[in-house]
Amino acid sequence: MTETRWDVAPGDRPGISVSEQGTFSGFFVYTIGLLLAVILTITSFWVANTSVLWTPGVPAGLVVLAIAQMGVHLVFFLHITTGPDNTNNILALAFGVLIVLLVLGGSIVIMANLNENMAAHTEPMNLQMQH
Amino acid sequence: MNIAVGVDDVHEGELVNTSEAGPAPKRIVVSYGFWIFLLSDIVMFSALFAGYAALARATAGGPTGSQLFNQQTVAMETAFLLLSSYSCGLMSLAINSRGYFGTFLGAGVTFLLGAAFLSLELREFATMIAIGATPQRSAFLSAFFTLVGCHGLHVAVGLSWLVLMMIQLAMRGFSPVVERRLHCFSLFWHALDIIWVLIFTVVYLMGVVP
Repeated sequence: MTETRWDVAPGDRPGISVSEQGTFSGFFVYTIGLLLAVILTITSFWVANTSVLWTPGVPAGLVVLAIAQMGVHLVFFLHITTGPDNTNNILALAFGVLIVLLVLGGSIVIMANLNENMAAHTEPMNLQMQH
Repeated sequence: MNIAVGVDDVHEGELVNTSEAGPAPKRIVVSYGFWIFLLSDIVMFSALFAGYAALARATAGGPTGSQLFNQQTVAMETAFLLLSSYSCGLMSLAINSRGYFGTFLGAGVTFLLGAAFLSLELREFATMIAIGATPQRSAFLSAFFTLVGCHGLHVAVGLSWLVLMMIQLAMRGFSPVVERRLHCFSLFWHALDIIWVLIFTVVYLMGVVP
């Protein structure tokens, strides 16, 4: 009896054949994911609305919570793991994340930089307008 | 001879190599292709996010995010979409164990929650447009409607896809084709929820934070 070594399909739980996925343990996995996601969502809304926290740190905290929740969704809803039968899925995901980070980070850095330089130019113009 | 037997023994206990096993089953190939499509879709959304982040403060004297966004609506939308993602997961469990009742129930709950999300979002857009906060008003609003509207369009496409799949399931039963398509649908729906997590954080919650 030899077992083949194909990667698991994205969205399937690894190590379990397709027909055996609809068991109680599957229900358990989704429910844990839902509970974690609810906790993270409620924390996000609380962080955005509370005055207890140091205000300049709030956006960074929100980003961290969002990334954590996306991780929860990937692990508990899409069943992405680091196991050997998930290599293809993880590699594709890692490439996607790389492109997303390049697009997001590059655009935000460049636009912020440009904004700063533009602001330096507009100030003297405003002064001229006041004369 | 002894050496050959030894090599055979080693291979006997191990898993068969991928190249020896031949092509993977269609379910894996199709899901993997759809996974790559989803990742490319997420890359497209990242461009829209980058555009929004660059233009979020460019209100051109018009209404700002903190004046327009109603956090209660956003919380309800988030809850609807998260619960629909959960019920979609339970539906895929029912699909794997070939339960017609569970599948139709899960699909119905998923559809209703998704439709509730979409109707809340459309009502939000309508109230914004009614007070003059149209996409033409400022760069911020253009970016907002492009980003959130694109996600809403995806949800609408997903809802019609779900209806089509339920018709196919009723007509064809659990054939391998229908099962693969349903699996791709559940991947799509979970990915939409992941994108919504970023939208409610970046657009709505950060837009309210001063």
